[in-house]
Amino acid sequence: MRRLILFSVVVLIFAPALASAQDRGKSKEQVEFGIKVAQNNLWNEALYRWQQAVKLDPNYAAAWNNLAIAYEHEGKFDEAKKAYEKALELEPKNLMIRQNYDLFKEINDRTKRRSGK
Amino acid sequence: MTARSAAAASSFIVAGALALAGCTGFYEIPIETPIQPKMDVSAFQRVLVAGFISGGSDDVDANLETVRLLRSQLRTKSPLRVIEAEVLPLAEIAAIEAKEDATAITTTSTGVTPISPVPTAEMVKPLPEPKPDAKRVEANIRNEKDLAKYDKIFADVAYWKKLGEEYQTPLIVTGTVLFTPHQANGFVMQNREVYDAYGRRSVIPVRTYMERKGFILQPRFVFIDGRTGAILYSETFHEEILYNSQQSVPALSTYFELMDRVMPSFLSTLSAQKIRGTRVLLK
Repeated sequence: MRRLILFSVVVLIFAPALASAQDRGKSKEQVEFGIKVAQNNLWNEALYRWQQAVKLDPNYAAAWNNLAIAYEHEGKFDEAKKAYEKALELEPKNLMIRQNYDLFKEINDRTKRRSGK
Repeated sequence: MTARSAAAASSFIVAGALALAGCTGFYEIPIETPIQPKMDVSAFQRVLVAGFISGGSDDVDANLETVRLLRSQLRTKSPLRVIEAEVLPLAEIAAIEAKEDATAITTTSTGVTPISPVPTAEMVKPLPEPKPDAKRVEANIRNEKDLAKYDKIFADVAYWKKLGEEYQTPLIVTGTVLFTPHQANGFVMQNREVYDAYGRRSVIPVRTYMERKGFILQPRFVFIDGRTGAILYSETFHEEILYNSQQSVPALSTYFELMDRVMPSFLSTLSAQKIRGTRVLLK
């Protein structure tokens, strides 16, 4: 009986962590496949894959970063901004995400200035 | 430091750090960001780069050079057909218009109604005597204040409408170009090589007083609807360059160098452009 209780406690403690690791694993698969297809210039497919990746694991900064790049490539600036900001919120110290965001921001600001005229 | 240069610097640092760490979880990828045109030009099939009111320097005929440059760029980088026509001596036309305006105001102030208070489409036709020479007018334009005196011409709807009718209602590109010599003396940071007692070389930043000269280019592009004569869009740019005072760079080269910086923005007014860059995909 004692063993059963102990087992239940262990399961309850580690189950969310295991599920999360599983989600990250699936999400990572989507991210990696997205990178492959983006390298072959299949941006629509890449966009779809990264959308799936952030659905599977909304805390995966790399997936948000890649999704932002795909949106940027499509000219969807509002969506790109949100995705970059989410990626930076998750990993504020990631210099690569910051660099991508800075480059995007330069173009986005220019476009905003122009449409504001 | 601009975002671009900051990003480039950080890219270098990050790439270096990751190379050292042996990290392979990132992929640099080229992307093309589409930028929508500032103006909807679907109603036009042709574009007429009419002419510019220019001034500032006598070394470059900024009106002629700007018209030639814009036409050649639009020919290859816009969907519109470029109309080849005589370059308008716009400074001269604007000077006559300004003069006639002044006469009209003087006449009305004495209580006499002018016969033709608003100068209109006659401007397109051969102009009445005495005719101010375009070169002389341009020579009098030295700064933005001088240029502002001739600004009214862009609001002369009748004039532009008449011009538009002559060329089958194209999109008309006109404006002002101020290309002025510029001089700036002061301290600048320069890198200097130094060798220590062991002959080891190092580079240190040194503040040096320098006399520098160059040019400022301030083009203002005005886009006019050839069907109505109304201004659709206008945009002003400011670019400048400074060289060491001992360096002798022809004014025309400088003009083209500065126009080169402005050109992508000008072209993106009329047609969708793609900005090429690179981003880093992460695993």
